[in-house]
Amino acid sequence: MLPSLVPLLPTENDWITFDIPSLAQNFWSATFDGLTFGAIYALVALGYTLVYGVLNLINFAHSEVFIVGCYAVFFTLSSLGFGPSVPRLDIWAIILNLLLALVLAMLASAVTAFLLERIAYKPLRQRNAPRLVFLITAIGASFTIQYLIYLWRGPSPELALTMFRPTPIFDVFGTIVDSQQLVIIIAAVIMMVGIDRFISKSRTGRGIRAVAQDPDTATLMGVNKERIIITTFIIGGLLAGAAALFYVMKIPSGVQYSGGFVLGIKAFAAAVLGGIGNVRGALLGGLLLGLIGNYGQILLGNSQWTDVVAFVVLVLVLLLRPEGILGTSLGRSKA
Amino acid sequence: MSMTDGPTPLQTAAAAQAAEDREASSKAAGRSDLRQRGKRKSGYFSDRWHALSRQQQWAFLVIVVVLAYLLPLLNPPIITTEPGNNFALACFDMARFALIAVGLNVVVGYAGLLDLGYVAFFAVGSYCAAMLTSPDSPFLHIPYLWTIPVAMAVTMFFGVVLGVPTLRLRGDYLAIVTLGFGEIVRILATIIPAMKGQVGFQNVGHPPGTEADGTPIFSNSNGVPWYWLTLTIIIIVTLLVGNLERSRVGRAWIAIREDEDAAEIMGVPTFKYKVWAFAIGAAIGGLSGALFAGQVGFVNNQKFDVTTSILFLAAVVLGGAGNKVGAILGGALVSYIPLRFTAIAEYKYLIFGIALVLIMIFRSQGLLPARQRLLAYGRTAFNKVAARDTQTKDTDNPTAGPGTRTAGERGAEA
Repeated sequence: MLPSLVPLLPTENDWITFDIPSLAQNFWSATFDGLTFGAIYALVALGYTLVYGVLNLINFAHSEVFIVGCYAVFFTLSSLGFGPSVPRLDIWAIILNLLLALVLAMLASAVTAFLLERIAYKPLRQRNAPRLVFLITAIGASFTIQYLIYLWRGPSPELALTMFRPTPIFDVFGTIVDSQQLVIIIAAVIMMVGIDRFISKSRTGRGIRAVAQDPDTATLMGVNKERIIITTFIIGGLLAGAAALFYVMKIPSGVQYSGGFVLGIKAFAAAVLGGIGNVRGALLGGLLLGLIGNYGQILLGNSQWTDVVAFVVLVLVLLLRPEGILGTSLGRSKA
Repeated sequence: MSMTDGPTPLQTAAAAQAAEDREASSKAAGRSDLRQRGKRKSGYFSDRWHALSRQQQWAFLVIVVVLAYLLPLLNPPIITTEPGNNFALACFDMARFALIAVGLNVVVGYAGLLDLGYVAFFAVGSYCAAMLTSPDSPFLHIPYLWTIPVAMAVTMFFGVVLGVPTLRLRGDYLAIVTLGFGEIVRILATIIPAMKGQVGFQNVGHPPGTEADGTPIFSNSNGVPWYWLTLTIIIIVTLLVGNLERSRVGRAWIAIREDEDAAEIMGVPTFKYKVWAFAIGAAIGGLSGALFAGQVGFVNNQKFDVTTSILFLAAVVLGGAGNKVGAILGGALVSYIPLRFTAIAEYKYLIFGIALVLIMIFRSQGLLPARQRLLAYGRTAFNKVAARDTQTKDTDNPTAGPGTRTAGERGAEA
């Protein structure tokens, strides 16, 4: 149909082909893989959502906060003797090592987020700069961190790390779910639930919601706004660090100076899809985007289509329902 | 003051108004300091320039333009980028960046919309020129010069397609959508077979004309004719953009930039003018992309990464967002510095990244701040109003005008 409409086009196969049989055949494995990626997007998306909720700022440098975490995972694990081949350790030693890497990555990302806030954003906030200035600073900061890493580690990705051999756990509809997918999805969901509880129940969480709702009134009511902002950045950083561990687990050769950039856009798309500023929306949006991206990739036959699909989803959401699926903002979420 | 006081003496009323104005402007300083700070600091060059008569300004401009045309032939000793880089080609590169900066300035500087994927429009323009002229492409072929308007039309179309869903929303969304678009165009060029990925398109066309010995005038290795062509286009585009800036459209853009909600309430159709700014910026990006494709003669997917977009943004911000002369200067500088000082070329992304953050924190108006004059339709008209004002102005407050004057007019005096 398409070639008849546009006679100039060379042949049908040169443009875009849809491989529907392949999608039908791999549907369930694509689903589980998509959920795994989605869990990672969701953790990063939370960082965008929290900062957006509190400051109304897209923190472009959040993708770099994430990639710093990836490097922390890489250095911790490679100094502990992990390499491209499957490690010969018993299960408890591996768990301990991974926990150590998790903690260090979370710390590294949180420190990056903290410094970023202090150095780049705080001076602007103090003099009440316009939005454009914030956004340009954010992208400049992102660019700076990215090229610091580039100058330090060079353009090529780091050596791949294998953390453990994925073992089949059970099968659903004839598709095997392995331990790696299960670990990532379960751990991410536990963290998301924890964050959701934290935001809705704890004193600090109430402060975050208050500042998101109305910073001035919150300050009058005795909330320390500066401390809330810093806490928000740090929470975002901690979650990005956790996402970094799962990301390296899923894509062992993904540690690269530019690795955070595209993931950042996808995570932001996830946040918008679920409703930006909404904690539960980030989880929903992340999982959905992971699924859509993975189906799209198999349908269109090249892994790079994931990024294109995510982008198209972002534009469509903005066009059709800019407030996202769940829609409510951080400030209005229930206690 | 109540009406029962009878008519207030004009002097006290004006003085009170002036005091209020001063207070208001000192309060407003923080709110919109990208502009306000510019207003306070813009002084020196702007003052000197406006103090000149019309004839002097023209004479000065003619000299600058002639010198700019002669630049690659003069090849001045300290300024030259040789031996590291051919100076004529470096001049073309500077002109290309300057043109891009002029285009991006319409979006970022005038309308205050952050476009982080400007390279995508540049890429679309390049691919248009390449796919319509290169023998590697199966499309119909047209003469190179015709690809320039086609490239502009196609990029404008992409600008509208991208702008319509996002520009209805807050500006932040535009930033992230354009950032994504910048990356997507590169990925599509890689994964769609018809775009030929890294193999690319060879022998992109160039403008007609041959030297006496039969070699084409616009060859890939000779930067001079390309530089002159681009410089001429820059002058034309700057004049057109300058006219837009002084028109109803330009005033709408500046109103949107300063306060979108207020502009909307005052009856400016903000969405329409934002789409216009975005589309015009995109078209200029496509134009420069087509020129680039012609000069290099080869287009593939390796030339359009998002990092280049951030360099473009750095050019506009460095030169002074909202000031077209500043944009030209910033664009030329961003291209020139790595070419001239080849030792630091490797660090250019880091340097411009840090520069972006530092400029925003310490001097958010850039090298040449944006003008505040909204009135600005002809200096004569402005001078007449200014002269009438000084006559009616009270004597003990010569610097502060009566409340009827707009902030824009005052900025022009500063």
